[in-house]
Amino acid sequence: MGKLLDKIEIPQDRYEVRLSGSGGQGMILAAVILGEAIGGGDGRNVVQSQSYGPEARGGASKSDVVISSNEIYYPKAMKLDMLLAMTQESMDKYYEDLKEGGTLIIDSTLVTHVPTENYYGLPFTRLAREEAGHVMVANVIALAAIGAITGVVSREALTESVLSRAPRGTEEKNRKAVEIGWREGLKLKK
Amino acid sequence: MAATTEKQRSDAILTYLRPRKKFPSVWCAGCGNGIVMSALVRAIDNLKLDKNEVIMVSGIGCTSRMPVYLDFNSLHTTHGRALAFATGAKFAQPKMKVIVVTGDGDSLAIGGNHFIHACRRNIDITCILINNHIYGMTGGQGSPTTPAGSFSTTTPYGNSEKAFDPCALAQAAGATFVARHTVHHAPQLEKIIMQAIEHRGFSLVEAISNCHTYYGRLNKSGDAVAMIKSFKERAVPVSKAKDMPAEELVGKFVVGNLYENTVKTEFCDEYQKMVDMLAARK
Amino acid sequence: MAEHKRKLMQGNIACVQGAIYAGMRFFAGYPITPSTEVAEGSARELPKIGGRFIQMEDEIASIAAVIAASVTGKKSMTATSGPGFSLMLENIGYAYITETPCVIVNVQRGGPSTGLPTKVSQSDTMQARWGTHGDYTAIAVAPSSVGDTITETIRAFNLAERFRTPVTILLDEVIGHMREMVTLPEPGQYPILDRVKPTVPPDKFEPFAMTANLVSPMPAYGEGYRYNVTGLTHDTMGFATNRADEIWPKLDKLKNKIEHYTDEIAKLRVEMMDDAEIAYISYGTVARTSLQAASIARTAGVKVGSIQLYTIWPFPDKQLLELCARCKKVIVGELNMGQIVHEVKRVLPRDIEVHTVQRYDGEILTPLQLLKKLEEVM
Repeated sequence: MGKLLDKIEIPQDRYEVRLSGSGGQGMILAAVILGEAIGGGDGRNVVQSQSYGPEARGGASKSDVVISSNEIYYPKAMKLDMLLAMTQESMDKYYEDLKEGGTLIIDSTLVTHVPTENYYGLPFTRLAREEAGHVMVANVIALAAIGAITGVVSREALTESVLSRAPRGTEEKNRKAVEIGWREGLKLKK
Repeated sequence: MAATTEKQRSDAILTYLRPRKKFPSVWCAGCGNGIVMSALVRAIDNLKLDKNEVIMVSGIGCTSRMPVYLDFNSLHTTHGRALAFATGAKFAQPKMKVIVVTGDGDSLAIGGNHFIHACRRNIDITCILINNHIYGMTGGQGSPTTPAGSFSTTTPYGNSEKAFDPCALAQAAGATFVARHTVHHAPQLEKIIMQAIEHRGFSLVEAISNCHTYYGRLNKSGDAVAMIKSFKERAVPVSKAKDMPAEELVGKFVVGNLYENTVKTEFCDEYQKMVDMLAARK
Repeated sequence: MAEHKRKLMQGNIACVQGAIYAGMRFFAGYPITPSTEVAEGSARELPKIGGRFIQMEDEIASIAAVIAASVTGKKSMTATSGPGFSLMLENIGYAYITETPCVIVNVQRGGPSTGLPTKVSQSDTMQARWGTHGDYTAIAVAPSSVGDTITETIRAFNLAERFRTPVTILLDEVIGHMREMVTLPEPGQYPILDRVKPTVPPDKFEPFAMTANLVSPMPAYGEGYRYNVTGLTHDTMGFATNRADEIWPKLDKLKNKIEHYTDEIAKLRVEMMDDAEIAYISYGTVARTSLQAASIARTAGVKVGSIQLYTIWPFPDKQLLELCARCKKVIVGELNMGQIVHEVKRVLPRDIEVHTVQRYDGEILTPLQLLKKLEEVM
């Protein structure tokens, strides 16, 4: 047979993002922030999901965000448009889920082997530690870089979403993190 | 005004029986359950509780049929779960008086977990535990209060297990009113049930009762009269018991008000404080 | 009004929001993955509106407290997952026989036993229908999105109140844990049903009276109708009976008060079925895979549609038969070894081929799996 699968067209109305790293790097929170920024900003539909369980504590951790202007049927990622890999392990585990020509963004502080020439590398963890003042905001820096590189979210919507989730007293650190990420992302985009 | 006559008093008590419920009851002639029911109704009558504001909850077993005969809001539930249902009823409607009638198997075996947690919460429920040391409704099997060595249909050569002391258990678990009497002591039973209902918090009244049909027959304890008489002989007031050595108390029932704590706060009150605090924040 | 703007919300939290909108004022539960957020959300929200939340010592106690609270007049709910649902079943039977409205949320995970606590499943579908012992008819609904979870929870409460019966919401781990954009409903946007109260004086009151629609008016404890509630099979006065002429009508009532209204309870979503020769039939999370697969297959010109069951029980026989009248084949996708497919086979005529796609490894069916099956049966 094989006829049907050869003839079908894969839907183009979805944009699928995976944020991956290790447990504790705040990938699920980052996905929630991204989802809120996109869904709350311009009314697009968003589905955010994650893998639960022991994976949430160490090991590879991932959270997916599916974005569409139409109703989102299948709630999980089918073929990723964008993959953020914050660790080598998550890079190795999820690279095959990225579609051809998809956007790969890595934390160059921790990912050393990338199986393609075609990627964006930024030292999110180092920038967080050295410039933003806390390693905890590496996820926010990465989110801002994603926004700047892909245009999937506006800077205003992302900033608002980040600040609405930031614990009291960390607002400035988080605002700074968005600034750094956006600046570095724009540099690479050129 | 002249004192109430015995006739008037009896007539008043009879109004607590359900007018439309078909009698006789399921209990064997001579069962102590009737004495406890009478003491309970008299206690409620003394307190002049509004029948509409009393919820009587029970599980499964002989004693658990009691609420069905009485003219209150009655909830005859599943085996062992009376206190869990009662917790829901009381917490949902804290203004209601919630009284649980249960047996030793119902409350201490299958319902043991609910028993300790109701005590722990110190929720304002009065639990009347009629302890006849055996499963009556299913025909005489051993229960968590069957004394070591005693006979039942599931301990045909004598009980290898040890018995619970429900009052000690309740106190340890956090109940704030604990009392015990026997069906020989009907007026005293009435009095401690009154006190238990008036107490704000979890109150336990253990009523030692007779199952002559099974326990009495299998353990050669005689008929209802003989068993109830033996309760008189075996009952030791708590004031006297505290000076007695433990070995002298073997086979005895320490009766009276065993424990009371009026300092510990009640669960529904505590929750209401939180609700009020949240409302004030708005 | 800020409360009503669009927000990203988790399925389990949407369930709490729907329940509160429907009038839930009492929740009793016990922590269990993947349902725990329903309890946590209720613990946060209920005291703010004068409601009551209690964490009980186990699931048996939780459903007991819920039933008792409902008898005292509060709209009540509990939430659990497979192991807890199994523990609740005896008392759910008590709710059936005592005709006590309440809502039970089962956020399904893989089983049997402890199974797959963090992984999705639809293997409690039959349990929701037949779980407790004895004869009765059950209502169960199955949302497939976070938005659905709000509306189906409201519907579950309305059905419980309307028919005086427990209603099960079959959520699953994927919907319970995922987040989607939703707008909370405005007051008045959805109708809210409350149980019918008696109008006769207490001395004329028959708590389990046979009425025209078989649903007996239900007062709350404390309103002056001191009646008996028992798990024993009872007469119309609520007292235990062994008489055949009282047992038959009581049990028939439990069945007919629901089955006579199957059309009213049935809810299906039908997409791309106008000219469909093949139909995907599914519910819950899998309905979304079916929609995805059908819409992809349509790009290749295949006449395939999707029928989604929102009402699982009572099974919508008539509706499914009508919808499939022009189909030659159906494909039933489920996250179990085959449960609702038996109902589909029972309902559809022999000349319609019934195919299945099943998955029970803790992951959801993918569009590719459904497309492959479609290709195979075409």
